[in-house]
Amino acid sequence: MEKIGIIDYGMGNLHSLGKSLERVAADQRVIISYDPETLLDCDRLVLPGVGGVRACMDELRRLELNDLVIEAARKRPLLGVCLGMQVLLERSEENGGVPALGLIQGDVLRFPDPPADTEGERLKVPHMGWNRVHQTQAHPVWNGVPDDSWFYFVHSYYASPQNPAHVLGSTEYVTTFAAAVARDNVVGFQFHPEKSQAVGLQLLANFAAWDGETP
Amino acid sequence: MLAKRVIPCLDINAGRVVKGVKFEDLRDAGDPVEVARRYDLQGADELVFLDITASSDDRPTLFKTVEAVAEAIYIPLTVGGGVRSCADVRALLSAGADKVSINTAAVLRPDLVTEAGDRYGVQCIVVAIDAKRVSKKSQPPRWEIFTHGGRKPTGLDAIEWAALMVQKGAGELLVTSMDRDGTKAGYDVELLHAISRSVPVPVIASGGVGTLEHLAQGFSQGGADAVLAASIFHGGTYTVGEAKQYLSSQGVHVRL
Repeated sequence: MEKIGIIDYGMGNLHSLGKSLERVAADQRVIISYDPETLLDCDRLVLPGVGGVRACMDELRRLELNDLVIEAARKRPLLGVCLGMQVLLERSEENGGVPALGLIQGDVLRFPDPPADTEGERLKVPHMGWNRVHQTQAHPVWNGVPDDSWFYFVHSYYASPQNPAHVLGSTEYVTTFAAAVARDNVVGFQFHPEKSQAVGLQLLANFAAWDGETP
Repeated sequence: MLAKRVIPCLDINAGRVVKGVKFEDLRDAGDPVEVARRYDLQGADELVFLDITASSDDRPTLFKTVEAVAEAIYIPLTVGGGVRSCADVRALLSAGADKVSINTAAVLRPDLVTEAGDRYGVQCIVVAIDAKRVSKKSQPPRWEIFTHGGRKPTGLDAIEWAALMVQKGAGELLVTSMDRDGTKAGYDVELLHAISRSVPVPVIASGGVGTLEHLAQGFSQGGADAVLAASIFHGGTYTVGEAKQYLSSQGVHVRL
């Protein structure tokens, strides 16, 4: 039986991500763990995350999971969600600047302040709620997901990959930002697929079925 | 473009959804899991649970309810009521809440908002503001903060309080007009507008919805980012889908 490991470093809503994966991948075991050996034994890994980036990186390091993520990213399908996606990049502006895992080149930036949209209405930060994701390139995780589908977001910082080839999908809010990123066997979603109803579950099902190969 | 949100609110007492006017006259309105699932299917953008259980002995019942509901829905869930400490925030998040709403405890100790935001991320910390108009008709409008379900005045100016809460790290504000709550007379849009334009974080309008037009006013006149309503949905007067169709017809950008 194949296994999906959710990396538990004490931050993030693992409960709902776990049950969503169990629902869409009934033929796999979903394991929530902070034990490196258990996690490296999994076929796919998910890096969740909410909260601040400094606390996130500190906890990953304290539990000696940062090297595990980098190691896992060499071959297994790896999915970062929300803050778990942001730490895939090299560095975040949050908390005064924090180096991250560096699996995808580029930075994580704060939405410009004070943001305003074209009609002069004041835009709020965090970017909180449902917004559309435009699929900028084909990828197995998009299978059966209509272009410009709605997903649930909640974040104040956004990923800015250096290489446009690493952007899978984009969303408009203040600016056009990377809502989904990918590089080889690594994917990341800024939005919460586990909070995005049917399309979110479809994405998770696609990840659970993905072998890490890209077209 | 980010959609405006429609959020059904469920009052929870001892593991059941209840309905009542101004916290009195509680009547049973169903099983939380069934009600939550129904709203998810109708296209609700989020759900809010307010625990109105008076006794703190019933906390374990609340956690069980939150767990069961989080298991059954695929939209974000905010839980509030009786949150006193970081430990309470943590317990609700572990039970499956995506956001936790803090009310009275923030008034008693504003730094709780900072501590909870630092630890769990500001995006999951909602500060609930219960405001009552205290100015006379001829005076410029002024609102004050009330706690304990609107019974206890604090003397705090609502607009200043909203700004302070954001400064302390609130990721979102849930603004309830205690004058309108349960009246079906519509939101206090002046209050909403005053707060919404003065803070950089999203504002949820609450208190007083009786018609679909009221929901639209929350956005158009109140400048809110989300509208919260209870009775128009629980009574079966409208589905969430009907509400969103109406809002869309009024030019409000919603997720359909």
